[in-house]
Amino acid sequence: MSGFLSGLVPLETSDGFEAPGVHSFDVPPLFDSVPWFDKYMLQAIISVILILGFWLIMARKNSLVPSKGQYIGETAYFFVRNSIARDMIGHDFRRYLPLLIALFSFVLVNNIFGVFPLSLLPTPSHVGWPYGLAIMVWVIYNGVGIAKHGPFGYLKHTTLPSGVPAFMWPLIIPLEFVSNIIVRPITLSLRLFANMFAGHLLVLVFVLGGEYLLLHSESIINKTAGVVALIFSMAIFGLEVFVQSLQAFIFTVLTAQYISSAAAEEH
Amino acid sequence: MTPMELVGSLGIVGYGLGAIGPGIGVGLIFASVIQGTARQPEARGAMMGTAWIGFAVTEALAIIGIALAFVFGGL
Repeated sequence: MSGFLSGLVPLETSDGFEAPGVHSFDVPPLFDSVPWFDKYMLQAIISVILILGFWLIMARKNSLVPSKGQYIGETAYFFVRNSIARDMIGHDFRRYLPLLIALFSFVLVNNIFGVFPLSLLPTPSHVGWPYGLAIMVWVIYNGVGIAKHGPFGYLKHTTLPSGVPAFMWPLIIPLEFVSNIIVRPITLSLRLFANMFAGHLLVLVFVLGGEYLLLHSESIINKTAGVVALIFSMAIFGLEVFVQSLQAFIFTVLTAQYISSAAAEEH
Repeated sequence: MTPMELVGSLGIVGYGLGAIGPGIGVGLIFASVIQGTARQPEARGAMMGTAWIGFAVTEALAIIGIALAFVFGGL
């Protein structure tokens, strides 16, 4: 019990190093008169402007022999279309392709804000942003299933795989219902949030710890350890770029997978 | 009188226990990728794509553990 209670009091070492924790993610609002407009909101708005600008410019100039900028945009578009939409959804993937491109672009740009030098804060590290995205995806894939099979038919399609004997129905139906309709948005949002949160916390530990060891400690061994920590934080930034791109890809792939399995035909 | 008293963060102990499963899981995924590449080197691209998807889904459990360890009463 005392271990639980001591966890509620932030540990202060005698030297005054304040370890990064959940409190490091509380940012103040930018203007005091508007309490909901903080750095997360500003980053999200900037990301929307950037994404709209990029895709609108991409949709405009299309010559048959592509220039370099057009090649980059086409690569991004083909990546989402071929390896995510067409492979996962199948033959009527065009209806969902704008959603998948928007989701991929939004999650990727907001994740990369975590290593961009001017912002250095990944937007999904505040849990509300992945919650919002996951709720939208949940409404969409359930809506697709209900529109295709009808409400009761969709429930039957989701909770009852074909070929299950009747005596196992009381076991299978609640299990599949919880797994497909309740747990999926939870894990989708928490996967994105926890990856961004833990990654940013790791970066903070190395940078703040290295700075404290270098500038506020006494012995030469501590100062050397501080320099090593600061240099290693560059490698952690590289790891963060990889994890952020992977999480954007995974979010989009899982959305496509959920839509595909909701709209699937019976064999 | 209490024979032994431990203080510390139970959340971090919980994370440590929760990281056993995903550790074994990710090892299994990439072990099968290595074996499949050894058997059929031209299938490497398709296998790596699926491997990364499986890696992210498995790793999510361990990452949720570390995040919730901080949220529910760590440092």
